[in-house]
Formats: sequence, C-alpha cells, structure tokens
Amino acid sequence: MGWQWFHRLGSPRWFYEKTDAWMPWLAVVSVALLVIGSIWGLGFAPADYKQGNSYRIIYIHVPASFLALAGYYTMAISGAIGLIWKMKLAEAVVKCAAPIGAVFTFIALVTGAVWGKPTWGTWWVWDARITSMLVLLFLYLGVMALQEAFQHQDTANRASAILALVGTVNIPIIYWSVEFWNTLHQPATLKFTSESTIDPSMLYPLLTMIVGFYVFYAWVLLASTRSEVLRRERKTRWVNELAAAKAE
Amino acid sequence: MEFQFSNWSEFMHMAGHGPYVWACYLITAIALAYLAIAPLRQRRLLFVELQRKARIEAREQQLKSKQAAESSSV
Repeated sequence: MGWQWFHRLGSPRWFYEKTDAWMPWLAVVSVALLVIGSIWGLGFAPADYKQGNSYRIIYIHVPASFLALAGYYTMAISGAIGLIWKMKLAEAVVKCAAPIGAVFTFIALVTGAVWGKPTWGTWWVWDARITSMLVLLFLYLGVMALQEAFQHQDTANRASAILALVGTVNIPIIYWSVEFWNTLHQPATLKFTSESTIDPSMLYPLLTMIVGFYVFYAWVLLASTRSEVLRRERKTRWVNELAAAKAE
Repeated sequence: MEFQFSNWSEFMHMAGHGPYVWACYLITAIALAYLAIAPLRQRRLLFVELQRKARIEAREQQLKSKQAAESSSV
C-alpha cells in the first residue's frame, strides 16, 4: 500500500485500461449538469437588479475562468512531476492540458468582453485582471508551441514543463489583480472565507455550472490524455492489439 | 422557482441583452463540443493508421514466405 498507485499511474497501459470505465460516466454527468445549469441560469434564475439579463453570462464566465486557472495548476504540477520523476503519464498531461486550458481561457476572455459591452460600455480595457488573463492565454499557447517545436519528445516535454512552471508567477497576479488595482473588473463574488455576496437563487445554478465545468474538464482531459498515451505508445504491442480489436 | 419570461420571444430578446447572452452560450457550446470531439477523432485516426500498417506488414510477410517457398522448390 501507500505509494504503489503512484507507480502504477506511471504505466500508460494501466492508466488507459483503468480510466476506460470512467469515461461514459464523466460524459453523462458533465453534460447533464451543464444542460441543467444553463437552463436554470438562462430561464429560471431571477434577473439582476442592476445589470438585468446580461448578468446571465456569469454562469459560463465564472466557471470558465475557474477552469482556466485550475487547468494551469494541473499543467504546472504535471510538468513538475514529469521533470522530477520522468513519469510518462505526467508528460502527456502537460501536452493535453495546454489546449484545453487555452480554450477555457479563451471562453473566459470572450464572454467577459461580450459581457463588458452592455455593462461597462466597452468590449475591452487593459484592466489588470483582463490583461493577466490574456497573459495566461499566451502561456498556454506558448506550451502548445513548444510541444511542436522540437524533434524529440523528451526535449519538448522538458521545455514545456519549464515554461509552465515559470508561468505560475502569473497565477497570484490574476488572483490579486482585482484587489490591488481598483479598475473595472469587480472583486470575487464567491468567497470561501466569508459569506458570498450573491443570492441563493443565483448561487445554486452557478454552483451547478461550476461543478459541471469541473467534471467536463476531468472528462476531456482524461479523454485527451488517453488518446495522447496511445499515440506515444503506438509502437507497443498492447496498442496495436487494441487497434486491431477496434477494426473487427 | 418559475420561468422568468412570459413567452419565447421575450426569452430570446432578454430585454435587449439577448444577443450578448446567447452569443456567449453559443460560442461556449461550440468550444466545449470541440474539446469533447477532438480526442475521440485523434484516437480513431491513430487506430486507422495502425490497422493500415498492420495490413501492409501482413502482406509483406505473406509475400516473403511465398518467395521462400518458390526458391526452395526450384
């Protein structure tokens, strides 16, 4: 017991076979939560007394922003594990987490811009929060570019893990940007340490969407890592047997 | 908890905010659908390629054993 699972996790085949049964469950749960949360937020949650209906964008803007950051932790921590223990699985996760995190950051930025137009009267401002999120997007794109930039996968793994780790300096800047600089972006509405400044009728659909986004993230990261593991192990016998079995 | 809009067109319009809200949901839906489909497509393409390689290898093997049989019979 103890650390055995950690060593097993390093085995691409064990990972692929173990996660096989989880995939449909993650898919069903995430899609159900996202559909319920969207209908709830779009049609049944009350309109905001100040912003009217435009605030309904919060139900995707906030969860997408959460995942943009959580995705970065996932990528950076996997990068560290890959650098220290040379774990193949962690190296594959770094590659897969980058485009997924980039998509969530993109969603956060686009929904923020569209929300800004009716609320602040502008699509874009060089506000600290927004700028640091843009930097986050570029970090993700940088890791994606480094993955493609080298002939040898080992070099690509090392380079992208180092960029991911260096980029973590941006994370506290994103968190504190709304406290340090009082610009357009409002401070956080959900707080862990004190009462949230949001009514339960708006909070519950938001929590549904946040959980839905997390489960969706787990699903697509696993699906993507599974495909990447197969690609990296394509010369092995078990992958070729798997491909042959699918042909029948 | 009740539906906040009195009819469908009011729901679409959202008192003028409709285009902003619906655009966000549409863009997000497309982006998430892409994330869900891309890995499955990648895996399918890999399997197709590996199956093709296996077929070529099997054919080469066949050809080799045939040649060996012919040369030994001569």
